[in-house]
Amino acid sequence: MSKFKKTLFDPILNDNPIMLGVLGICSALAVTSKLETSLVMSLAVIFVLAFSNLAVSIIRDHIPGSIRIIVEMTIIASLVIIADQLIKAFFYDVSKQLSVYVGLIITNCIIMGRAEAYALKNPPGMSFIDGIGNGLGYAFVLVAVGFVRELFGAGKLLGFTILPLTTDGGWYVSNGMLLLPASAFFLIGFLIWFTRTIKKDQIEKG
Amino acid sequence: MAADSIKKTIGVAIGVCLVCSVLVSIAFVQLKPIQDKNKELDKLKNILQAGGIEADSGADIKAVYEKNIEPVIVDLKSGDIVADPDERIKPENFDIEALAKDPAYSSVIPSDKDIADIKRRPDRMIIYNVKDPEGSGEIIKRIFPMYGRGLWSTMYGLLALDKDMSTIKGFTFYKHEETPGLGGEVDNPKWKGLWKDKIAFDISGDKVTLKIKVIKGVVLKERPEAKFQIDGLSGSTLTTRGINNLVRFWLGHDGTDWGSTGYGPYISKLIANLKGNDNE
Repeated sequence: MSKFKKTLFDPILNDNPIMLGVLGICSALAVTSKLETSLVMSLAVIFVLAFSNLAVSIIRDHIPGSIRIIVEMTIIASLVIIADQLIKAFFYDVSKQLSVYVGLIITNCIIMGRAEAYALKNPPGMSFIDGIGNGLGYAFVLVAVGFVRELFGAGKLLGFTILPLTTDGGWYVSNGMLLLPASAFFLIGFLIWFTRTIKKDQIEKG
Repeated sequence: MAADSIKKTIGVAIGVCLVCSVLVSIAFVQLKPIQDKNKELDKLKNILQAGGIEADSGADIKAVYEKNIEPVIVDLKSGDIVADPDERIKPENFDIEALAKDPAYSSVIPSDKDIADIKRRPDRMIIYNVKDPEGSGEIIKRIFPMYGRGLWSTMYGLLALDKDMSTIKGFTFYKHEETPGLGGEVDNPKWKGLWKDKIAFDISGDKVTLKIKVIKGVVLKERPEAKFQIDGLSGSTLTTRGINNLVRFWLGHDGTDWGSTGYGPYISKLIANLKGNDNE
């Protein structure tokens, strides 16, 4: 596989930031009660991650060691504000549900982690691709968790009823626990278990 | 120049800050008009929804609003309509959250009266009158904004009362942060539908009693008090209690100065007017 493809697709299953690095867990718990919020949050993270990697990589040879983290943080925070403003302008209903979590992308460890681990050492083009790749890895987990939680918790997908609930005169008794953030812990746990069963090399040595 | 020299450090810091601040400013200024429009439309949509006015998805919400709704400003203490509101409390500028925080436009609620747990309330509130669609100019419903504390957040809602001042015609929350799927079920159209045609006040002779109540569990339709009761949301006792309290606070009605906590004085006057008309 070419380096390009590897950088783009490896973070989805082989080197997933959530499943292998266990980073970015807090937002993965908070915004995945619905598929729509998961998708918009994923887009926001891909946007921030790709451009923060790009920007950090462009100026990587000029960032003084003493203020390295602050410079990265400034870039990330600015991008998050821009993403937040864009969501408020074009996805107003979703922005009401995401509330503070878009702002909290600033503290998402994946973004800082990729800037430190990759963008500081690699050229801008590849860093941008790495950002998109890791964003897709994050999106993969969010969408998977959001899919299960909305389908079995609320009987809907993207707001359309799939399993009619008993409370609306249907037959499906919803699993209320899936709508609580803690349920995402179990789902992400199962995902990690599942991938590590298939990909034995991800198992940490005890 | 070495990357770690003081000059370079300061240079990079200033450069990064400048570029970032310019980008953020551009995004903010360019997107603000679109965002404001979204907020405005969202509010109008909720008002129309509470008033039970159908608006097609493609319809011009603003035009529908202007055709059907006529906002008035009411002084809560006296229950009179404010004829010439100043700039801050003009209907188009009316911002409940901002006014409730402004000491010049709000009062502190005595703690024993503060059942909705909101601490302050604006001295004047906006009420959206729904006009007769036939164009006679008659007011057929009145929509009262109300807010109070739920479990996680302050919930902002709109309650529509029929012109008989007693039958509830609709209820909706336009802003809250309750648990999705539990307290968040206040957005469920089915639950909101339960409010329709319930009775808020028991009016017998001169005595007006606030009767509406959100109860725990399911209302038994056979009981005579069922018309005053709303099913609680299962799994969200605190949100349900919050809704009950906020509705009772804003419709609050026992005649004393602070006893009439919300729209009490205004509603009393309207009910008195209704009776006056009956006698004629």
